[in-house]
Amino acid sequence: MITAGVDVGAKTIKVVVLDGETTRARAVALGGLDTRSALAQAFGEALQAAGLGRSDLSGVVATGAGRKLVEGADDLVSEVSAAARGATFLFPTARTAIDVGAEEGRAVRCTEGGKVDDSAVNEKCAAGAGTFAEAMARALQVDVEELGRMSLRSTMAVPMNAQCTVFAESEVISLLHAKTPKEDISRAVHDAIASRITSMVRKVGFQKDVVLIGGMAKNPGFVDAMKRSLESEVLVPDGPEFIGALGAALLAADRVEERA
Amino acid sequence: MAGTTRYPTAPLKCWDKAKELRKTYYEEYRTAHERGALRWGGGAWSLGAIPAGLGRDVCSLTSEPYAASIAWDRKFSIECMEAVEKRGYARDLCSYMRNYWGSLLLDRYAFGGTFPKPDFIWQDHICCSHAKWYQVVTDLEPEIPHFSIDVSVGPYRELTENRLAYVVAQMHEGIAWLEKVTGRSYDDGLLIEAVENECRSTSLWAEVCTLNKAVPAPLDEKSMYSLYVLGTLMKHDRRVADFYAELRDEVADRVTRGIAACGNERCRVMSDTQPPWAFLDLFRYLEDFGCVSVGSLYTFGLIGVWEVKEDGAWGPRATPKEKGITLTDRDHALRILADWNLSKPEWQHFYSPHLKSEMMIRIAREWSLDGVMVHYNRGCEGLTIGIAENRLALLEAGFPVMTFEGNMGDEREFDRGRTLARIDAFMERLGLRRIVA
Repeated sequence: MITAGVDVGAKTIKVVVLDGETTRARAVALGGLDTRSALAQAFGEALQAAGLGRSDLSGVVATGAGRKLVEGADDLVSEVSAAARGATFLFPTARTAIDVGAEEGRAVRCTEGGKVDDSAVNEKCAAGAGTFAEAMARALQVDVEELGRMSLRSTMAVPMNAQCTVFAESEVISLLHAKTPKEDISRAVHDAIASRITSMVRKVGFQKDVVLIGGMAKNPGFVDAMKRSLESEVLVPDGPEFIGALGAALLAADRVEERA
Repeated sequence: MAGTTRYPTAPLKCWDKAKELRKTYYEEYRTAHERGALRWGGGAWSLGAIPAGLGRDVCSLTSEPYAASIAWDRKFSIECMEAVEKRGYARDLCSYMRNYWGSLLLDRYAFGGTFPKPDFIWQDHICCSHAKWYQVVTDLEPEIPHFSIDVSVGPYRELTENRLAYVVAQMHEGIAWLEKVTGRSYDDGLLIEAVENECRSTSLWAEVCTLNKAVPAPLDEKSMYSLYVLGTLMKHDRRVADFYAELRDEVADRVTRGIAACGNERCRVMSDTQPPWAFLDLFRYLEDFGCVSVGSLYTFGLIGVWEVKEDGAWGPRATPKEKGITLTDRDHALRILADWNLSKPEWQHFYSPHLKSEMMIRIAREWSLDGVMVHYNRGCEGLTIGIAENRLALLEAGFPVMTFEGNMGDEREFDRGRTLARIDAFMERLGLRRIVA
């Protein structure tokens, strides 16, 4: 059975094509201002890479903030359910999935079967999401990949108190003026995000194993900060930004089986 | 959780009457002076039965439901908020209070015309914002006399004779004050009638809510908002008591006939605190999943007066009349009124979130709920304080809880899209998928 999962995130669109439990293809496109075109592009690329046509798919499930834009989807599921399904598929012992994308950070407590037991999402604030890291990278005049690498070279923990992106940027600039090394500022940025996320994890009840997914999980500085904040190892899958789409593709397969 | 049964539905026959009563209330207040009648302003929890002793022509404008009406009119509400902020009041204050002040500052009545200022303010204090609400009104309109009764004497289970006497003494003092500021003589017969009406209406409302234990629920919470509001406007008025008796009979009949509020009910939840009034479509969205909100501690206990029955379950508190008690004189009526109001569920948790958790868990169990939607309501400190404790207690009792942030009266603090996304996730967690596309 071949299914597809589409994750229409705030910044990027991810598509995973699944053949049974094997990933046949995955594609990503920048959402931009014309989400529908980006969606068509990502979907087309994934199908092409898989050597399939739309009619070969037994089911399509969409997730993400823009999931309603996916025409012809058999079902729409929340990011929370997709994260739980995808994370526990890759790591069956996972009981906490932490999903940090561009717009939102969320903590999901999962059951053994990949269902959601409880979840928390950051509220109306970018301080627990990838956009925050991007804004801080701009303030430090480095790209976001370098921000992550720099953080690992830090030799001193610098507290960053601001919880708001706007004020945090001012704080970063103040730290720069105080000749604080960029490496330490970078670590402070990641520690601030990790602190926000950890409080959400504690809200839903921290249980091991912990899987870190979403685009921010590609940032080694953030992963390191999460380990320190949680005082725990975290599991990071290959292609963490695709796990929501993977979960959606798995849920599409579940739907097909239910209908059969 | 029930399966996929489709229940019969029917509109409430007394719906139009509820709407008419509400409309008449606001109109009577607006036009009171044209008839030489009196107007008073105060909270929905004010002891309105007491000014009723000044005559049958006494009209009130209870401030919270009035402010909720403003909140529903998003354009007017924003204008009110901006007027208040321009005056220097902080944006994080009670949003009902700010809507009310804004209406006063703009001199605009939500139901048409200029703001009809009260002849006097008759307030009581239990919520921290209540204590300041009319103090500011008096600052803005110094000519309006103001009387407040402190009812914060502790939870009902710890009520003592001294505490009751403290409230009753203020009530006596209040009657003397009312006579002085209005120039009218006080009629104890009207007071006794109003107290009897209040006990009847608030007990009947609890009885209506009790009927919602039935599966399928005969009422949904969105509709209940339009019904309970009458008790927040004039709980001491015979028209409201009579209406609630009619409503109780109709709802009982719906239960007997298996008439549902939501035809595809397969999941039952409750909310908590006031909803974001400009976004009540959230409740209809739930129904797309076959989920019905059957009420809340707020909807049940803001005006409803309850007691634990012999079987240990919550039910309407027996009125003095049902217990064979005849109110004999002013002091007797005031003692009954004080005792009755001090037992109100929504007054209890001002003293401890644990008291609220107990009541919420009781509702969750007795009303057969599958989950709880908790509104972290930035607009109401009084009802939201301790709400995170309530969440934990509900979780510990085995009930899934969804939280969402918002504001009952200030739409700028509510994110509809994200809240719908949270509902989607919560419905999935409860094992529900959309039935209605």
